[in-house]
Amino acid sequence: MEYHVTLPVSPDFFKTLRVNDIVYVTGKLFTARDRAHEKMLTTNRKELQFDPTGMALYHCGPLMKQKQGKWTVVSAGPTTSNRMEDVEDILLDRFRLPMIIGKGGMGRRTAKALKKTGSVYVAFPGGAGVLAAEKITGVSGVFWLEELGMPEAVWIFDVQEFGPLIVTMDSTGKSLYQ
Amino acid sequence: MNKKHLVQGFVQLILKAETELPSDVVTALTQAYKKETGAASLQLELILANVKLARKKRCPLCQDTGVFSFFIKAGYDFPAPGSLKGIIEQAVIESTKKIPLRPNTVDPMTSKNHGDNLGLNLPQLIWDFEPGNKVQVTALPKGSGSENMSALGLLSPRAGLEGVKQFVLSQVKKAGGKPCPPIVVGVGIGGSADLVMTLGKRALLRPVGVHHTDRRIATLERELLKMINATGIGTMGLGGKITALDVHVEVAHRHPASLPVGVVMQCWADRRAHITLHADGSWKVD
Repeated sequence: MEYHVTLPVSPDFFKTLRVNDIVYVTGKLFTARDRAHEKMLTTNRKELQFDPTGMALYHCGPLMKQKQGKWTVVSAGPTTSNRMEDVEDILLDRFRLPMIIGKGGMGRRTAKALKKTGSVYVAFPGGAGVLAAEKITGVSGVFWLEELGMPEAVWIFDVQEFGPLIVTMDSTGKSLYQ
Repeated sequence: MNKKHLVQGFVQLILKAETELPSDVVTALTQAYKKETGAASLQLELILANVKLARKKRCPLCQDTGVFSFFIKAGYDFPAPGSLKGIIEQAVIESTKKIPLRPNTVDPMTSKNHGDNLGLNLPQLIWDFEPGNKVQVTALPKGSGSENMSALGLLSPRAGLEGVKQFVLSQVKKAGGKPCPPIVVGVGIGGSADLVMTLGKRALLRPVGVHHTDRRIATLERELLKMINATGIGTMGLGGKITALDVHVEVAHRHPASLPVGVVMQCWADRRAHITLHADGSWKVD
């Protein structure tokens, strides 16, 4: 099945998705890699300067360009998701994230967490950075840039028909990586 | 010799490496696309579309513009080869701003990103010398997704070549979809722990589809490729017939009591470009 979804959407939608489904996402994504995961989990939620509720989590360390104070995306494909395996279940649970976009897949811990939160893991081909950047229409925020640097900072992207994303881990516990 | 002119040569070298995938890799990816069906086929279709778009827009095809190794073959009679280090460093700084590249080098003690892609012992320069007055340099930017899957095996010599094959295969299986398959696998055999990893990386300089000139080694490469593709890991780990585009092996003699094996994985974005510098200061990127 092919879906075109605009975020935020009812969490029930993600429960209906199954492996091999194709999804195109419109709305907001936030990027987070190793260090952003650490920061999000060690910062008091009230002190967090952005609210990821309803956004998709994008495992991505983008290549950005600043022109006259305005950020644009040059290349922004997914990073290896498995590096976040040991903390992703906590992040999913704490922020009730509906969707993870990444590459290479994740392990049993995350599969179990997806089941619990009714979320999905979807993949975009690693390295396809320019193609992904074409679907990013705006940058509406950046956090921890000075402290973490460009690849590790949290970037909030507005995306239009971001995809095709393939569901590779669904909320029933199925994974295409096993 | 005009330093500014040479810096521009290296900026062009980096631009080419980051934005234009070598034709041998594109050919191999296209062949893989023709053979695959299902999820792998869609992934390869997107990968090929991305390669085309990056070339057209002159944008780095992957956001992970990598960390650079420069393999330098310097002619004994090239004037002032010692100035090349400074020239390359300047080109990396300029490329980071102009192309741009993602700042990828962080201090190992503080994790601070200095934003210029330089750092202690980076970029890595690997020197060789040969007769003549030219310098040939290959730039090999490598992302962390594949680099993190590289592995060193210090096998017992009794494990023999069969042990080498099993070690390579086990590392590829362990890596699964993480190094962005279809991968190119560089394998070093022999030497020492450090030399064997350099051999594995050097093996990646050979174009995809070109086997070792030593027939025995070429046979080993073909056997390894067949074994790796039989795993069914497939493009981005989503299953398929093609897991590796090629396997390249480079060897060194070994201590009778040691059998080092170095596995260096390269993602499908097997980026590399060459520059030739002439004694009169002119250059050509290809």
